[in-house]
Amino acid sequence: MITDRKVEVAISVLLRSGVLLAAAIVFAGGVLYLARHGNAPPAYHVFHGEPQELCDPGLVMRSALSGRAGAIIQVGLLLLILTPVARSAFSVAAFALERDIMYVVMTPIVLAVLLYSLLGG
Amino acid sequence: MHTSLFTLIVFIGSLLAGFLGALTGLGGGVVVVPPLTLALGVDIRYAIGASLVSVIATSSGAAAAYVRERFSNIRIGMFLEIATTLGALLGAYLATRVHTSTIGIVFGLVLLFSACFSAHEPKANTGEDKPDRLAHLLKLEGRYPSDGGEPHYRARRVPLGFGMMFGAGTLSGLLGIGSGAVKVLAMDQAMQLPFKVSTTTSNFMIGVTAAASAGIYLSRGFLDPGLAMPVMLEVLGGSLLGARVLVKARTKFVRIVFSIVIVALGLEMIWNSLKGRL
Repeated sequence: MITDRKVEVAISVLLRSGVLLAAAIVFAGGVLYLARHGNAPPAYHVFHGEPQELCDPGLVMRSALSGRAGAIIQVGLLLLILTPVARSAFSVAAFALERDIMYVVMTPIVLAVLLYSLLGG
Repeated sequence: MHTSLFTLIVFIGSLLAGFLGALTGLGGGVVVVPPLTLALGVDIRYAIGASLVSVIATSSGAAAAYVRERFSNIRIGMFLEIATTLGALLGAYLATRVHTSTIGIVFGLVLLFSACFSAHEPKANTGEDKPDRLAHLLKLEGRYPSDGGEPHYRARRVPLGFGMMFGAGTLSGLLGIGSGAVKVLAMDQAMQLPFKVSTTTSNFMIGVTAAASAGIYLSRGFLDPGLAMPVMLEVLGGSLLGARVLVKARTKFVRIVFSIVIVALGLEMIWNSLKGRL
């Protein structure tokens, strides 16, 4: 029988590892980014929006694999965004194991909103 | 200025913001955006994008500890997240549509509100165990560790709390902040939950709320890797540092000084927005 306590510990571990891994990837991408673009002038005064390969999760992954520093940072940020999403998904499963029908029905609403947003809204 | 120097400045500023955000309980996001926009001239859309990801990092990091210590009420958090995530979607859509000066003015107003929230000593809420049919039906109750055993508490005025949470989510999505102050207000004041349960459950919800806007921010090009990188890493670092100091010294003096700074930043955000400079 799965208990509330076990769920709490599992959620805690999930959140911590997600954040640590994301921070490590962002840091690695950041070092690379500064090594390559450190001498360019920063361009944040005017909003241009980001190029497509930094906006679409699929393209971000592809671009990161080809070694683009900005895309590697973006992968870390994606992982960070996915951490609470994974926590929600995990909770649905935990409530199901506890046979808490009401929450098995309610929690997926949150999950659906998160996925809708991640798929570009 | 080169990107290296700029990044270094953002590094130091974000570390400080994360530190002060943790020390005062306001969170790093609401503190990091004003210096980015006012001092460094960053477009507010990039600033709130970077702030939002830092909010996810600090909230998830801190939530990991609170959940383990059994202060956060996961059921209450999950239930209210329905309201905050829907609100966050609305807020993120608004952020992509309204004028930047509108974002700036709302941001300034939230800073002024936060200053009051931070300076005001919260009156202890015992979260008395009064009967409430809706809360009982939704199992919005629990026990939390305290000096005198494990007192039982139950939520009250659920619809009011739910509505306020929708508002908190909208602000979070519009401004790229955690809006922890509004979330705590909804649980502590509206739903009459114990203060410690309110603050830690609020923290637990902030990450999911922010994630609901982050997808929209990402696809609309608000997340710039070069800016988000130093902000996310250092707000996280600063808040971890702040959480350590917090245990030792939470003086009234720090709060008051900080509140004055926040008021000044809020007024400057509003003034610059009205002048069309944001």
